[in-house]
Amino acid sequence: MAFTAVLQSEWTKIRTVASTSWTLALVFLVTVGFAALFSATFDPNRLDAAQRATFDPTATSLSSMELGQLAMIVFGVLVVSTEYSTGMIRTSLAAVPRREHFLLGKMAVATALALAVGLLTSFASFFLTQALLGDLGIGIGEENVLRAVTGAGLYLALLALFCMGVAAMLRSSVAAISVLVPFFLIVSNLLVGFEATRTVGQYLPSNAGGRIMQVVPHAFDSPETPYGPWGGFGIMVLWTLAAVLGGYAVLRKRDA
Amino acid sequence: MIELEGLTKRFGTTTAVDHLSFRIRPGVVTGFLGPNGAGKSTTMRMMLDLDNPTSGTVRVYGKHYRDLSEPLKHVGALLDAKAMHGGRSAYNNLLCLAQSNRIPRQRVDEVLDLVGLTAVAKKKSKGFSLGMSQRLGIASALLGDPEILMFDEPVNGLDPEGILWIRNLMKGLAAEGRTIFVSSHLMSEMALTADHLVVIGQGKLLADLPMADFIQQNSRSYVRLRSPQQERLKDLLHEAGINVVSVPATGTLEIDGVSAEQLGELAARHQIVLHELSPQRASLEEAFMRMTADSVEYHAHAPGMAADNPARPADVPAWGAAHTATRKAGE
Amino acid sequence: MIEAVGLTKRYGAKTAVDQLSFQVKPGHVTGFLGPNGSGKSTTMRMIVALDRPTSGHVTINGRPFRELPNAQRHVGALLDAKAVHGGRRARAHLLSIAQLSGIPEKRVDEVLAVVGLQDAARQRTKGFSLGMGQRLGIATALLGDPQVLLFDEPVNGLDPEGILWVRNLMRRLASEGRTVLVSSHLMSEMALTADHLIVIGRGRLLADMGTQEFIAHNSAGFARVRAADTDRDGRETLGTALTKAGGRILQEPDGALRVTGLELPQISDLAHRAGVRLWELSPHRASLEEAYMRMTQSSVEYTSTEDPRAELWEPEPLALPAWEDEAEAAPEVPRTGFYAPPPPGAGGQPFLMPSNPGELASASGNPSPNTPEDTR
Repeated sequence: MAFTAVLQSEWTKIRTVASTSWTLALVFLVTVGFAALFSATFDPNRLDAAQRATFDPTATSLSSMELGQLAMIVFGVLVVSTEYSTGMIRTSLAAVPRREHFLLGKMAVATALALAVGLLTSFASFFLTQALLGDLGIGIGEENVLRAVTGAGLYLALLALFCMGVAAMLRSSVAAISVLVPFFLIVSNLLVGFEATRTVGQYLPSNAGGRIMQVVPHAFDSPETPYGPWGGFGIMVLWTLAAVLGGYAVLRKRDA
Repeated sequence: MIELEGLTKRFGTTTAVDHLSFRIRPGVVTGFLGPNGAGKSTTMRMMLDLDNPTSGTVRVYGKHYRDLSEPLKHVGALLDAKAMHGGRSAYNNLLCLAQSNRIPRQRVDEVLDLVGLTAVAKKKSKGFSLGMSQRLGIASALLGDPEILMFDEPVNGLDPEGILWIRNLMKGLAAEGRTIFVSSHLMSEMALTADHLVVIGQGKLLADLPMADFIQQNSRSYVRLRSPQQERLKDLLHEAGINVVSVPATGTLEIDGVSAEQLGELAARHQIVLHELSPQRASLEEAFMRMTADSVEYHAHAPGMAADNPARPADVPAWGAAHTATRKAGE
Repeated sequence: MIEAVGLTKRYGAKTAVDQLSFQVKPGHVTGFLGPNGSGKSTTMRMIVALDRPTSGHVTINGRPFRELPNAQRHVGALLDAKAVHGGRRARAHLLSIAQLSGIPEKRVDEVLAVVGLQDAARQRTKGFSLGMGQRLGIATALLGDPQVLLFDEPVNGLDPEGILWVRNLMRRLASEGRTVLVSSHLMSEMALTADHLIVIGRGRLLADMGTQEFIAHNSAGFARVRAADTDRDGRETLGTALTKAGGRILQEPDGALRVTGLELPQISDLAHRAGVRLWELSPHRASLEEAYMRMTQSSVEYTSTEDPRAELWEPEPLALPAWEDEAEAAPEVPRTGFYAPPPPGAGGQPFLMPSNPGELASASGNPSPNTPEDTR
């Protein structure tokens, strides 16, 4: 079986359903929209001295990722779980009986698409907000800024892949979304918020992966991390790998 | 050609499919029969490698399904008409299947035309009636022009015109030398379609034989006679030691255990005019009921209940048999 | 008794049901047939006042459905087996309906037993298979012990035993003097169940008559004749004699002749005079399917490119008797009366309309004593 045929087929699948366009459009609109809103209403006079010292204009552009990523979670989940909810999985696996080809093809196509949309979102968000910040804004050429903006795109793509893995394990849209959204929105932030649980919280995928988007350490009172930007990203890669392997194991073992 | 060997599937302590071995041959329509819960669907899913057998194997032309490159070109299956993404158009649902097996795009148009869905090809399949979904599922099975076709309850939701169409389609495909395997609960439909039968009950093989043999072995056949010289005929039959039953309602005689040929010769010898000499064979339904009645657990509640109290349903729900099936498997 | 007068339903410019008038009489199972999109479901929905007719009216026992006091006790309907709240348990579902209509709780357990769901009574209906959902729907219809019953595709999802059970149930309900209207796409099933038919196409009435009459009206029967194999010229002599007498003859695959245009006694006499011994002489009625196809040919919505009906039409009568042209074989579809359950009256008794109850028991329960060889 030619793997390119599987890729082509998965690309047709992904581009011919409405959920792809609305989730990805939401990623872009929410992230860019809220970033623009933050920057346009930003008042530097309200910052205290410490905050002023660690002010990170790049992070201002990318902080709305926190909300935009929710749509990306839904995208990642739906790509996999609609196969189960519609019953299409049986038709798909009859056509591509090799589970690894099926899952790899689907994930490759969806991750590539998520990466494209993620990069588009992070760069659009960056340039728009820097323009709105006026004097406080910085250019893409400044130290570590390009890494942070590109990293934001990579983060979104990796997040989508992580969610695909989880959805493949849980095989249900409702289950996967109701686990992942609170996990990324609440649990991650909550654990980091308390001294006692901070160390654990810092190793969760969103916090570790999010480190790549910071240019200035301790910006917005963020605590110190035991890893650097790429170290944190590496931790998220490990999480994603675990989710994908878990998803593959379930797909292989369980009856379709 | 598909070969099943010792195919077994257990869910926990329930044995859904129990050491099933049979072959499905090309050139004929093979009907796959069994009561609800007999393991038909599980068997069909294992044949497509969708469910993993607990033990045993299925081979398609000597290979595991998973090892077929571009399987849609060898095996087409309609297991569940609704197994499509409802948000995608009929055309695109077929297109992504076609692409995965490198089937040319124009074949999608061809099969849509064949099943009569060209007019709604661009519509989302969510809005399809059951009959239209069924046609879409049939189109997906035909997509790769495969030598082997499997259908699970293909006439579900089709109207009489559609039923006639799919029946002729299956017979036509078999006549081209393809292997056709079809499961259905509609005995009268199967009687018109299938040439060969595989019957299972509680996951076990009950029969694997040609349709005519199946009916012959599992039902009473008799000959019906009508004659203007009825009384004389009766006397003659009595003299010959043949048991005759008169049916006053229709004015006919019914004879068990003697062939129409013999009776025709007898009448000719004695110059008796016959107005009817017709061999009667019971229906596939009756034959099926008799056979599955033998697999006792399906009538676990009260054998003879129907006789005691004809107002009650004669059957027992098949899902009630799951527990007994388990017990039997443990023996 | 259900009576429709000038019943019409339009959706925008589309007329789904067009001036439909008919009566469904008590004591019969009336089959309601028509292609997809012919307006069957709409009509049934109008009968139970789920849809409002654009014009015309339909009454049940002389009154519109809405004006029936306690409708559940007059009319039972199975229109969509899945129209059940999935989270409820089967018994609770029935009980809630029973309480609405003042039906005693005892009746709930009764109908559960009738449909064979007594063991599943405490299960949530969400986990029900299509067949179980269908049984629950039938239980709901029977709950009020109504005089009028409507069933839309009742055997959907049922296994062979379930199908047999539904068939017998409907015939029993009719024999108790109730009015039973059943819509179905399964012609062979309807041939065994319905004694009266209402056929519609494109929303209009196409036929309203007895099943036997309908078949006789819309298709021709034939006789199968087989000369003794031991008589070498028998078949040819017979063929010639029958053709001379005006019969049309086609050859069947097994060497028998299919004769139209001659009555059985005539064939018998002709054979006798020609000195041919017969090994078979059996009457065959065409199938309900064939009759139905002829009647509804112009009112079908989704058609496949190849018209399946083409195979049902008989070939043109040939100037030369077909049996002389060896290639010409009789059309193989549909072979009623041999493998197929014979249509009522076509030959043999329709299976399981037994004259004595013991016969039914032996067919579905233990093997009957007169068939000692029940081969596995």
